Amino acid sequence: MNRSLRPLAATATIFLLAYAAATFQYPGMLSTRVLGNFLTDNAFLGIAAVGMTFVIISGGIDLSVGAVIGFTTVLIAVLVMWAGLHPLVAFAVALGVSAAFGAAMGAAIHYLKVPSFIVTLAGMFLARGGASVLSPDSIGIKHEFYTAVSKSYLLMPGGGRLSVVGLIMVAVFLAAILLAHRTRFGSYVYALGGNETSAALMGVPVARTTIQIYMLSSVLAGLAGIVFSLYTSAGYSLSALGVELDAIAAVVIGGTLLTGGYGFVAGTFIGVMLQGLVQTYIVFDGSLSSWWTKIVIGALLFMFIVLQRLIFTASAPNRKVLWKA
Amino acid sequence: MKLRNLSFALRPQYAALVAVLLINWLLFPGFFNITWQDGRLFGSVIDVLNRGAPVAILAVGMTAVIATKGVDLSVGAVMAIAGAVAATMVTAGFPALLAVAAALAIGLACGLWNGVLVTLLDMQPIIATLVLMVAGRGLAQLVTEGSIVTFADPVLIFIGTGSFLGLPTPVVIALALAVLATLAVRRTALGLMIEAVGVNRSAARFAGISSRVLLIVVYAFAGFCAAVAGLIVAGDIRGADANNAGLWLELDAILAVVIGGTSLLGGRFSIPMSVLGAMIIQAMNTGILISGFSPEFNLVVKSAVIILILVLQSPMAARMVARKPAAPEPAAARRTAR
Repeated sequence: MNRSLRPLAATATIFLLAYAAATFQYPGMLSTRVLGNFLTDNAFLGIAAVGMTFVIISGGIDLSVGAVIGFTTVLIAVLVMWAGLHPLVAFAVALGVSAAFGAAMGAAIHYLKVPSFIVTLAGMFLARGGASVLSPDSIGIKHEFYTAVSKSYLLMPGGGRLSVVGLIMVAVFLAAILLAHRTRFGSYVYALGGNETSAALMGVPVARTTIQIYMLSSVLAGLAGIVFSLYTSAGYSLSALGVELDAIAAVVIGGTLLTGGYGFVAGTFIGVMLQGLVQTYIVFDGSLSSWWTKIVIGALLFMFIVLQRLIFTASAPNRKVLWKA
Repeated sequence: MKLRNLSFALRPQYAALVAVLLINWLLFPGFFNITWQDGRLFGSVIDVLNRGAPVAILAVGMTAVIATKGVDLSVGAVMAIAGAVAATMVTAGFPALLAVAAALAIGLACGLWNGVLVTLLDMQPIIATLVLMVAGRGLAQLVTEGSIVTFADPVLIFIGTGSFLGLPTPVVIALALAVLATLAVRRTALGLMIEAVGVNRSAARFAGISSRVLLIVVYAFAGFCAAVAGLIVAGDIRGADANNAGLWLELDAILAVVIGGTSLLGGRFSIPMSVLGAMIIQAMNTGILISGFSPEFNLVVKSAVIILILVLQSPMAARMVARKPAAPEPAAARRTAR
């Protein structure tokens, strides 16, 4: 097997083993209904995690995604309920705003030469604050478009429902896999993450690519906000609190290297599903409390970082000592 | 910081604090009034000091971590754990001092864990501490079993809301911690070693500094500071709230350190300036509250401040200053070599 695919294989194996173990204990978990809910309930997280994957592969980090999701839900709610716009128009506005937001962050990271972490932290404050300034209270969205979307789904064999938001997430993942591995932009992202100086010397347009990466992440966070708004039919400035951490965890669990230059969009999908599995298992079990989700995800995160460490030290050609040991 | 070659009193942080305080005074003429009541001082300024103390304490630990080119995202979660441990032990009937000691020990242990991940497993600090940031709140909830543990223990309440020599206890604790830490890093070689590790870890190792031990000590210290802040926050509300205690305070602490002029790229730090940064943040918070804006507006102001600092610290600004006959900016070279 291709050595670079090892972490992906490890993540997939662990997911399948965990799912098998969960099914063995609760046979009800192996149904398309549960799978459909996996997709629907984690759609916003998955979409945000796709953007995070690109950012992390490029060697950066984006702490603003959760705040952008929250801001988007409020913006849509305000535009639909107060300004009377059609939701589709509101969606377009929201995507435009988040694209501009991401581009500004990318430009700040490149031109001010500051770590992405502090720029996106400022972005997070700005988006959360902006959302609360728009409306500190939760706004319910009532519109026939929303009811129509929430009622439409594809019926899978076995009675599982593939909802519109679940379909959007799957489509985003497929598009992102193509974008990462089959386009020039994708190779630029990997090159930047590998080494920014060599990338620039090879002719990668560093400024443009950096801005595009953060724009992509914010647009996907905006899309995640749209999905979240469809999922909850409300806009609230504090929604999706801490989603950036879940997204980073999903990316890491999916085998993407945090130092940049290496990773898979498909791995992120498995990472999101694994988090969904943990949550579903805790719901099925019933006796475990919700805080176990956080502890288990933290433990998984730790495990996967150590695993990456071991795999990469073992496969690094200049550390042959470890092979003999 | 472009003005750091100028004299001590002209640092932009001082100007910023004075400006914020002046704006507060214009908005609220009684801002500088301080009264003596029931054996302690009262007034808006004292309130700023008191409310800013937890972030100031976090910032002391965070300064040391950031000076080694690291960052500790877990301090908020460690605060929650420490508060939860202290509150649970007190309600279970243990003596208060034992509970405080246990909470501080837990904080140290959390810091040690972070330090071990960063050094022995060689993880990036932001990721290593992310593990505890995600899991820590879960652990705190595990300790409190999901509820808010309230207590009426006089010792813990004294830590949060009491007064010592007329000043609120949190202020005294923060001041003592900041002074001790400053003395420890500036009167011994410790500060130089931290800076050396922050500038270049392998060079520091070749120079004979045991960078692993130093890093572990620094992260343990940050954990300890977080535990102290956690005790204060728990004592203040007379309860341990695993979900909300110290929520997002790690970001405030990082912001305070950055405002204080410590370089995020390691190697240059100042504990007193970080404490000053925490006070600037709190003065802004108080100003926004007394001017009648909603507290959420704070976030917008904070982000504006971060952006302003980033622009001031950027190589672009340094170049603009360097064009004038002033001395060239040595920090700029280090920055561009990200």
